[in-house]
Amino acid sequence: MFIRHEWFEKNAIFLLAGTLVTVAVGGIVEIVPLFTIETTVEHVEGMRPYSPLELRGRDIYVREGCYVCHSQQIRTLRDEVERYGHYSIAAESMYDHPFQWGSKRIGPDLARVGGKYSSDWHYAHLKNAQEVVPESLMPHYAFLEETAIDPTDLQQRMRTLRIVGVPYTDEEITNARVDMAAQANPDADSAKLMARYPKANIVPGNGHQVTEMDALVAYLQVLGTLVNFADTSTERLQQ
Amino acid sequence: MAARPVIIYNDAVVKKFVIATMFWGVVAFLVGVYIASELAWPSLNLGLSFINFGRLRPVHTSAAIFAFGGSALLGTSFYVVQRTCRARLWGGEALADFVFWGYQFFIVMAALSYVMGFSQGQEYAEPEWHIDLWLTIVWVCYLLIFLGTILKREEPHIYVANWFYLAFIVTIAMLHIVNNAAVPISMYSAKSYTVYSGVQNALVQWWYGHNAVGFFLTAGFLGMMYYFIPKAAGRPIYSYRLSIVHFWAIIFLYIWAGPHHLLWTALPDWTQTLGMAFSIMLWMPSWGGMINGLMTLSGAWDKLRTDPGLRFSVTAVGFYGMSTFEGPVMSLREVNALSHYTDWGIGHVHSGALGWVAFITFGAMYYLVPALWGRKALYSTRLASWHYWIATMGIVLYIVSMWVAGIMEGLMWRAYDKFGFLQYSFVESVVAIHPFMIVRMLGGVCFLLGILIMVYNLIRTVTSPTTEQPRQGLAAVAPHLGLAGA
Repeated sequence: MFIRHEWFEKNAIFLLAGTLVTVAVGGIVEIVPLFTIETTVEHVEGMRPYSPLELRGRDIYVREGCYVCHSQQIRTLRDEVERYGHYSIAAESMYDHPFQWGSKRIGPDLARVGGKYSSDWHYAHLKNAQEVVPESLMPHYAFLEETAIDPTDLQQRMRTLRIVGVPYTDEEITNARVDMAAQANPDADSAKLMARYPKANIVPGNGHQVTEMDALVAYLQVLGTLVNFADTSTERLQQ
Repeated sequence: MAARPVIIYNDAVVKKFVIATMFWGVVAFLVGVYIASELAWPSLNLGLSFINFGRLRPVHTSAAIFAFGGSALLGTSFYVVQRTCRARLWGGEALADFVFWGYQFFIVMAALSYVMGFSQGQEYAEPEWHIDLWLTIVWVCYLLIFLGTILKREEPHIYVANWFYLAFIVTIAMLHIVNNAAVPISMYSAKSYTVYSGVQNALVQWWYGHNAVGFFLTAGFLGMMYYFIPKAAGRPIYSYRLSIVHFWAIIFLYIWAGPHHLLWTALPDWTQTLGMAFSIMLWMPSWGGMINGLMTLSGAWDKLRTDPGLRFSVTAVGFYGMSTFEGPVMSLREVNALSHYTDWGIGHVHSGALGWVAFITFGAMYYLVPALWGRKALYSTRLASWHYWIATMGIVLYIVSMWVAGIMEGLMWRAYDKFGFLQYSFVESVVAIHPFMIVRMLGGVCFLLGILIMVYNLIRTVTSPTTEQPRQGLAAVAPHLGLAGA
């Protein structure tokens, strides 16, 4: 034989190197092209980075481990499309660090939950899910309403996301705290917020401080609403 | 041959890992039973943030995989590499102890961080960046010790078990570093954002996640199998050639299989198809390992009647064969359309985790404890038998209830009524699986009960006067001598 297995059995460095090369191949062939093939992420209109309040809501979603029970990925299957809406496309999670597609549905998929229920419904449901859906298995998240969002590291978060590729502008980062407060206060002037973050959902808030609950609801309300599928065609969605 | 010099192995660190394995096993199964109960009776979440299912579930998975499984792997690898190389652990006692305590520190930090609300939000890679960095340091030291010991070996050949342990250590290092690449929001904050996003993040994560199964929970434990089954059975490995072929095949093929976690998603089709194809191919080298393990018992099957440890190991190989057949089946697009997102996946994972990983570990521990503590036998083979049957019952309850629940969910989600509308709302499927959530929890209780019996049995093995070695001689001073050499 060309390669003698004895080399690997008698030389630990050979064995180590041979193993490393062998296990590296699959990952290189599958993962690297996802960064280089341009059509991997579709070119669609409407995608934008999360507003400051949505972003903080997303961080809470990640922190609480919502992904262990809720997927955010509608598969290209008839029943899923009928139950949850248009199948998810790659572009819709292009600003998601980390992605939250999930792997198990103990509760329903949330990829397009935005706009499906009122914000008031979400507040009530997060506080005590069984009051709204008696059969639900969801834990109670009333404590989110009692926790104010600490705004001091908000801009740091946005700057860090810019480092990893989310295109926040200087203007957006400068106005982050104003925008966050405006989105949790229906009485505030939200014109600039809406110009910077179209389709942002103003949540009711409690009038004196922005809570984690406000942030989470703002995030849930934007999920799956940014891309208007009436404007696009199947051909354009091909990867 | 001239008498070879006596080598005093570093068994102190192995003993520590054995104790840690049993401790974390109890913790992992206990938390598992609790979160299973939360899914049956959600009021058990108690409205407390730190006890919510979302935060406790990573505690359970990390405790089972990294704490219980990891301690077993690190401990047995140190035991096996010394004996099969006829060399004391490289790097001295201090370095080995650093790996032990450093690894335990990693586990405690990770578990505390989840309940306090720090998570990267990626399955099986939840610890934040500072904990990841710490683990990297510990892991590099572990690699150095393992490789250093092989390099100074007295045996000409590197034994098969060590190939698998080495592949496990190296590949986990690669996966851990690539998947956890993240930028912290500040050097003083635990919060970070991963450098990948969306679809690329999804594939990197499942390349990691699937190979945490492939290399942590499979290759490492195959290393365990290749030492402890031949030792306990007193037979050589069935086929050396098969072990060569299936070693290289399994480490090459496993890496490709990650995309089967992302079928029918926004991941490009070509990647999905590659992942699916390699998952099916993976069946063959997986069964290569199973055949090699089972056939090693040729001529020694009678020992299953008298050695409950070996019975655990052999049953483990059986479960390994079953779940590595189920896995490729579930990787088929058509099957996956039904099984994904359902409890079938949870059942599949547990037939591997309970049936294969935990059982092969139990087998190794039943062998190791008398050997390490210089005892002539287990305190009670009867109790070990009870453990075996109660735990096996637990697995059967667990996986059967999850098959039923999972297939029911899959069918209900896609059911149409005669008018062409979806027949069931989501919550109706939640109600329908409730009885099976309870059965699953009972399965977990059996498994927990089993390990508690085991812990009692092992403690008595070490402390009871009935298990003392009969002779006071060389064997009592250096008990490893009777066991040295593979």
